[in-house]
This record gives sequence, C-alpha cells and structure tokens, in this order.
Amino acid sequence: MEKSVQQDLLNKAFSIKKRFLGMYKAANAGHVGCSLSVAEIITFVRFNWMKDNDEIILSKGHAAASIYSMLAEEGILTEDDIKTFYKNNTYLAAHPPVNKIKRVPFATGSLGHGLSIAAGLGLAQKLKNSDKKVFCITSDGEINEGSTWEAALFIAHHNLKNVVWLVDRNKLQGFGRTEDVMKLDPLDKKLEAFGFNVVMAEGHNFISLEKAKDKTLSSDIPTAIICDTTKGRGWKLYEDKLDSHYLPMKDVHYDEILADVETDYKTQISKL
Amino acid sequence: MRVEFADSMIKFADSHPQMVFITGDLGYMALEKVQHKLGDKFINAGVAEQNMVTVGAALAHEGFIPWLYSISPFVTLRPYEQIRNDACLHDLPVKLVGNGGGYGYGIMGATHHNIEDIGALRLLPNMRVYVPFTASDVEQSIEQMLADPHPNYLRLNQGAKIKYDVAPFSQWRKIKSGTKGTVVGTGPVVENICNLDIAADLEIWVVSIFPINNVPVGLIESINATQKLITIEEHSGECGLRETLSYHIMNHLNGPLKMLALSANGYPSGKYGDQKFHQAENNLGGEGLNQQLLSFL
Repeated sequence: MEKSVQQDLLNKAFSIKKRFLGMYKAANAGHVGCSLSVAEIITFVRFNWMKDNDEIILSKGHAAASIYSMLAEEGILTEDDIKTFYKNNTYLAAHPPVNKIKRVPFATGSLGHGLSIAAGLGLAQKLKNSDKKVFCITSDGEINEGSTWEAALFIAHHNLKNVVWLVDRNKLQGFGRTEDVMKLDPLDKKLEAFGFNVVMAEGHNFISLEKAKDKTLSSDIPTAIICDTTKGRGWKLYEDKLDSHYLPMKDVHYDEILADVETDYKTQISKL
Repeated sequence: MRVEFADSMIKFADSHPQMVFITGDLGYMALEKVQHKLGDKFINAGVAEQNMVTVGAALAHEGFIPWLYSISPFVTLRPYEQIRNDACLHDLPVKLVGNGGGYGYGIMGATHHNIEDIGALRLLPNMRVYVPFTASDVEQSIEQMLADPHPNYLRLNQGAKIKYDVAPFSQWRKIKSGTKGTVVGTGPVVENICNLDIAADLEIWVVSIFPINNVPVGLIESINATQKLITIEEHSGECGLRETLSYHIMNHLNGPLKMLALSANGYPSGKYGDQKFHQAENNLGGEGLNQQLLSFL
C-alpha cells in the first residue's frame, strides 16, 4: 500500500472516530466500543475498496454511528444531520433507519439479517450480470444466529463472489465473551468448511486489510475476512471489556479517549 | 390451487421478466414446469426460510418480483421477523406463497397447519393478504399481486366448489342474497355453508383481501336487515375475520346484532385427521356446522 493511501486512510479513520465519539458524547449513548471496533474496517472498505455503486451492509447495526460518521465523511450526511443523532425527530436512530439514507439500503439492528441481505443483493447482481459488489460487516456474536449460517450456505452454494463478508471478530458479545457464551472457534475452519475462502486480518491495520483485499480478489470462491479487532479500542479504561458496549462516556473518559485516539493516529502517521 | 398457482407462474413469466421464484425445498410433482420455465430465475433456497425471505427482500430491492413458496407455516411464522423487517418495513414487493392455509395439510399434523397466518400477517405494515376462494381465483389474485407494489401473502388451499356463480376475484364478493342471516367468510371453507340447504335463506359474502377496509354498503344493509351475522374462517377467531369485521361494522349498525363466529379453535380432541375432520371438529363443516346454524337462526 502506498504511503499516501495509508495516510489518507489514517486521516479519514481519525476523522470518522472523532465525529462518532462526539455524537456518542452529545447523546450520552452507549455502543461506543462497537463503533471503535469496526472503524478501520468501515474506513478501509468505503475509501479503499468499494466503488460508488457498490453496497455496504452494516449487519451489526448497533454501530450505526460509525456508518453515519462515514457518510458525513463522504458528504452524504451533513454535520447538521449528524447533530440530530439520537434526538427526537431524527433519521439517525441508534440503529440504521428504513428507506431514508443513501448507502443504507436496509435497516439493520436485529442481528443475523445482514448476511442474507448481502446474499440477496449479490444474487440480484448475478442475475443482472452486474459487476456491483456487496460488502457485509457482521459482528462475531451474531454468528450465533442460525440465519447467518443459512446465508453462509447460500452464498457458498451460489458462489456469490461479489459478496465480501467481513467479521468484526472482537470476541465480545451481548453478555459475555464469545468463547464463553457459545464457542465460535475455530471460526476459520468452520467458514472454510462452509465453502468460503477465509482470510485472517488485523482489523485495525490498513496494511493487513489491504492484503486481505488482495487475497479476496484472487479467489475463485466467496471470501470471509475474519478481522481481529478490539472492542472499545482506544478507550483504555474499557478496552476489550463488555462495558465499552453499553456505557456512555463520562466527560473525563471522552477527553481521555480523544487524546488516546489522537496519539495513536499521530504515532501511526509518524511511522509512515 | 397448487396446480392453478404453478400454471399462473408459467403464464405470467414472459410478461413479467422481473419474476424470480424461490422455493423452500418444496414442489415435488408440482413445480417442475415452473422450474423449467424460469431457468436460472428458479431457485431452491433449501430448508432455510429465514434466509429465503431476506434474500427475497433484497431481490425486490433490486427490481425483481420474488415469489417465495413453502408450506404455509414455514413461509410465514418461521421467518416472521424477516418478513416484518426486511420486506414489510421497507415496503418491498415480496410475494409469499403459503400452501395449505388452515388445516389444509390434514393428517400431516399441527406443525403443518396454519390457523394464525392471516392474523399474523395482516397486522404487518404494508402487507396485503390474498385468500382465494375458488380455484379460478388463483390466477386473478396472482395478476393483482403482480400489480400490487407492496409485500403480499397468498394463502393457497383446496378451491371451493359451489353451485352459485362467483364474481371475478376482488376483496368483497356477494355470493348470494338471503334474508334470515348474513354470512361473511374467508377462504374455501365458506363452501361448507354454501352447500347446506339452510344456505337458501342466507345472504353470503366472501372477503378475500386483508386488511379489510370500506365494508360494502350492501353488506352493511344486509347485516342491519337480518340482525344476525355469521362469520366463518378456517383460522383462529383471535386476530381473524371475526375480530376485524366486528370493528369495521360497529359504527354502521342501526340496531341490535346477534353474532355467531365460526373459527378454527385448534385441536379440541387432540386427535388428527384430514382437513374435513378438523373442520368438523371445529364446527366449520359437517353436521356440527349445520346444527350451529340451525340453533343460531
């Protein structure tokens, strides 16, 4: 990956994170850790992979703020729109809304729907001979849902290579660690057995995500990228803890997170 | 109605190239010709109805008209949240087709019956439920569903065979006039009243699209004249025709009204049999129905 591309992605990810942290703080809302977990994945897919008419499905709809922030980054939402997040009379609910925002074709939030949406959109492109791609970002917890496995079987059976499945593998779910609640590992072997080209990636590292992209593009079968991530990354107090899923930020936390995210950003920029 | 359904799919395939047919692994000795006709637009999604419905919603989002087929409970109740979230909330033209509404699958048992489908689906946003009465209704209802830009559910059963002429498919149809009581029913089970001797004295109406609205003036007049209303449905009365019709006529009544609500109450004896057996057990057919009507009237 060229340094200029990497720098641009770091800039965008930093901007996206700053924006959604401000949204969560203003709303005094939870799900901060969920968006911090997926921020680089979303940034990479939107700004270094998908074309304008491709689709991105955030199946883990509880990280909606990250998508809203991404949409503001590309100008689809305005900063005034962003200020309405969580308020009465807004389209920007805690989970993506129905039929209201460009680049959000489906409301998500009930887990286990997104991969089937991607499967249907992918099948539609195949029937239309379209080269449009569909990127679907799921959590790891929602892989508990049977519908996710139904969709996985379907995608593999129909060889929907136009669907790219990215798993935000932060190993935490609603009320515990994924391996304590209902074991997912070895997730890679399970998805391989279902017929996927499985690629492991560091979900906060653009160079690693770029390598995953290359391995996806060279595959003859659909790809699932298991992105190793950390829930609440940057929120040192609650990093890799369930608390980062639910708790809103106190003032002091907000200041600390912003400082940590900025330090991390500057450190990475300095290494380029 | 399954034959008429398959024939209609084939008939409309050329004029509606956006049609896609998805089956939940059913169709043996029924859908082979549809499969041949539609080619790569005929998909067996396997025994995976949740995925099937959401895939259908996504196809509809992309401009296709997906027909999703299974035994009634498997295409309605199993993927209910997918129907609500992905098809109905987004108001997409997903066409659910449930074979064997009511006790249609007879001896197959309770898991294959569906006496909750109309109620469960008619309350979902944007959804319209189509309940053909006769076999010849099927093609007409499908034609209307193709023109309906909203999510739909088609409830298939054995078509009614009655001695009266039946008007073309529409939401409300008057089957015959009468003065001793007013019957409003849905689905082929209405045949069981039509074919009784007592039907000669009854006014009989069939409703075939839910949710209902704009109850016809003629029906209101009949109810007010007879002051005896009989509803019949091979469906739970809870959330069924008896409830929704009661609400829609309440403000139009000009006098007292007696009501006999005939509906599917599950499995009174806990035993199983063919469709007629279950209808009889619930006084929806046979001598039990006749006696209910005689004592009511």
